[in-house]
Amino acid sequence: MDLNPTPQERQFRDELRAWLEAHAPRDWEGRQSATDSMEARFAFLRDWQRQVYEAGWAGLSWPKEYGGRGATLMEKAIFTEEMACVGAPPLPGILGLELVGPTIIASGAEAQKQRYLAKILSGEEIWCQGFSEPNAGSDLAALRTAATLDGDHFVVNGQKVWTSYGWAADWCELVVRTDTAAEKHKGLTVLLVDMHSPGVDVRPLRQMTGETEFNELFFDNVRVPVANVVGRVNDGWNVALGTLMHERALLGAGLQITFKRQFARLVELARRIERNGRPAVEDPVIRQKLAQCYVEIEIMRLNQMRAISRVMETGRPGPEGSIQKIFWSELNQRFQQIAMELLGPYGQLTRGSEFAFDDGQWAYTYLRARGNTIEAGTSEIQRNIVGHFVLGLPKSY
Amino acid sequence: MQFGLTETQQVLKNSARAFFSAECPNAEVRRLMETDTACDAALWQKMAHQGWTGIIFDEEYGGLGLGLVEMAVALEEMGRALLPGPYLSMLLAGVAIDAAGTPAQKRKYLPRISMGEVHATLALLEASASWDPEAVQLTAHPTLAGFALTGRKMFVPDAATADFLVCAARRGPDLSLFMAPRGARGLTVSPLPAIDETRKLYQVAFADVPVAEEDILATGDSARAALARALAVGTVALAAEMVGGMQRIMEIAVEYAKARKQFGKPIGQFQAVQHLCADMLLLTESSRSAAYYAAWALQERAPEADVAVSIAKAYASDAYREVGNRGIQVQGGMGFTWENNVHLYYKRAKASELMFGDATYHRERIARLAMDKGSDKL
Repeated sequence: MDLNPTPQERQFRDELRAWLEAHAPRDWEGRQSATDSMEARFAFLRDWQRQVYEAGWAGLSWPKEYGGRGATLMEKAIFTEEMACVGAPPLPGILGLELVGPTIIASGAEAQKQRYLAKILSGEEIWCQGFSEPNAGSDLAALRTAATLDGDHFVVNGQKVWTSYGWAADWCELVVRTDTAAEKHKGLTVLLVDMHSPGVDVRPLRQMTGETEFNELFFDNVRVPVANVVGRVNDGWNVALGTLMHERALLGAGLQITFKRQFARLVELARRIERNGRPAVEDPVIRQKLAQCYVEIEIMRLNQMRAISRVMETGRPGPEGSIQKIFWSELNQRFQQIAMELLGPYGQLTRGSEFAFDDGQWAYTYLRARGNTIEAGTSEIQRNIVGHFVLGLPKSY
Repeated sequence: MQFGLTETQQVLKNSARAFFSAECPNAEVRRLMETDTACDAALWQKMAHQGWTGIIFDEEYGGLGLGLVEMAVALEEMGRALLPGPYLSMLLAGVAIDAAGTPAQKRKYLPRISMGEVHATLALLEASASWDPEAVQLTAHPTLAGFALTGRKMFVPDAATADFLVCAARRGPDLSLFMAPRGARGLTVSPLPAIDETRKLYQVAFADVPVAEEDILATGDSARAALARALAVGTVALAAEMVGGMQRIMEIAVEYAKARKQFGKPIGQFQAVQHLCADMLLLTESSRSAAYYAAWALQERAPEADVAVSIAKAYASDAYREVGNRGIQVQGGMGFTWENNVHLYYKRAKASELMFGDATYHRERIARLAMDKGSDKL
């Protein structure tokens, strides 16, 4: 056990830090609240990804032969942390970089790798994922979007929901049902679908924050070449599941830093805000609650470090990895509630209100955190997974 | 960076698991908790023979000279077995002597402690039940022959088996640490019956207990520093022990959930039960991350060590209790019986929560260390 960075890790971090120092846009956090259109912001982010790509930082953990850097999981975590440390903008092609690209690398044909991977890295093509459906959420394998063979094309009909970046995407990693007679896990196929194809309709899905982070996708007789099947027909569950495993592996690394920065900001506010005639940070009840947050954010970081070490050593996630999603999502909801308690009536003021702290950021993060225990696998599904796969309890469904 | 046990540490863990499950099964725990002291001389000798008693003390003082991560590994397994008796007391006293003593004092006490020949404990708390050394009121009056201690200590663990007590006392305005033999004239030990019968607590009364000049371990800042070190090591040791206890409760509950059938199915098939078990895993693994991190930080004397220790104890204090609550709930009525072993852990959980400061105490300490002005921990 040695929690100091190795010389290589330190060198990697220093090199990255120097680059970010010189290139990361300083005004991103301000831009988020500006009145720019979603499209204008996205163009800015695309330009940012282009710079990251040209400097060789995109697709860090991808193998070198596909344009990546062959970085270790630890270096990947350092990258995520350092990006969060400087408040760098997110990469708009994140789904391609983290999920679709690795899936194509793992299961795709050589021609697919040549066609798609480089453009994922540069951000020239943006990807989304068509997984969830109105009647297939937690029970993903129950999805019904159908693809029927017609010559050398599949014809796709159906509806997807909760699609991040759907409105901006050029391509979609779509899971469809190709065999309606087989068991539900066995009749699925993964298709790479051109979002500009005739019959694709993208509609905004407005969420309780007022934003439209997500979309609904409608497919009406959309023709997809058979060459765009990833892996084998009817083996889509395994192909797609690999992607979901990627999704759960590293999310905590950057979030932990984001929470830390938000926490430091909240403590700063607690020094200014008065409670019972003294700064709130001196109020024993507030101190207890803030300290508990600090404890949990630290433990989230430690669990993440343990999980990364375990994967690097054994190639498999251990029990500490399986609790990460539950841990950070529930922690963030408690954290945002404490922020609201501290800010009092001011906490409810939204963006644009002249009296709001931090331009209404806290009202937004409070509402946004409500989704955390639902997205990327609900807390209930996560606990089922822990119960069955980690503790060996019998499956409940 | 590597956050996991090394091969050597894993070997140590396996041998601790094998030793404590063989030598201290729950039946033995039950036998010992019915005795006055919960300490078994034969078991202690076996532990000493294997080196467990001297694990962190220097080889020149008869110890193994291992680090605090190795100590945490051993304590985790002791906690899993619910080892009764004075192990923590021994650590506290030993670390205080190691940190504060002169070379002669260390030579006098440490080898015998390391090799299991004598028992020792730390007498810190008083009627105020405050963990703050500033609250110490036990008084050391100068006499012709040295000093006389007057006052009362409370919640002293394992005082009845201790051959020596490291006593925090006030010498004038200064905090001092004294070594007092249990057999000293004027020193009276009386038991404090409490819920955890596997670790006995005592009141110790001092009526002009004579101590010689050479029995002073330290005074002033060095006494404070030694006490702080002893409490930090003791707190990490306890946090690791608590992790072992949580692990065992979870194992018992999960095993029960797989075997017990209602409505024609194992109750572990019901999500309400599965989710209680998943919570136990989350609490246990998170406590484990925090405890090992604190052990490492304290070993390295890292700048964040104090905060790390408080994080480990704050989290484990709530987590052990909550794992206990779920462990009992999963087993239903069986979990509430005397015959079931979980209540033994549940009681240890509460006693451990209260020892060295509970979650509230450590959260306030974290607020001071990490949030107040002048802190650089944010």
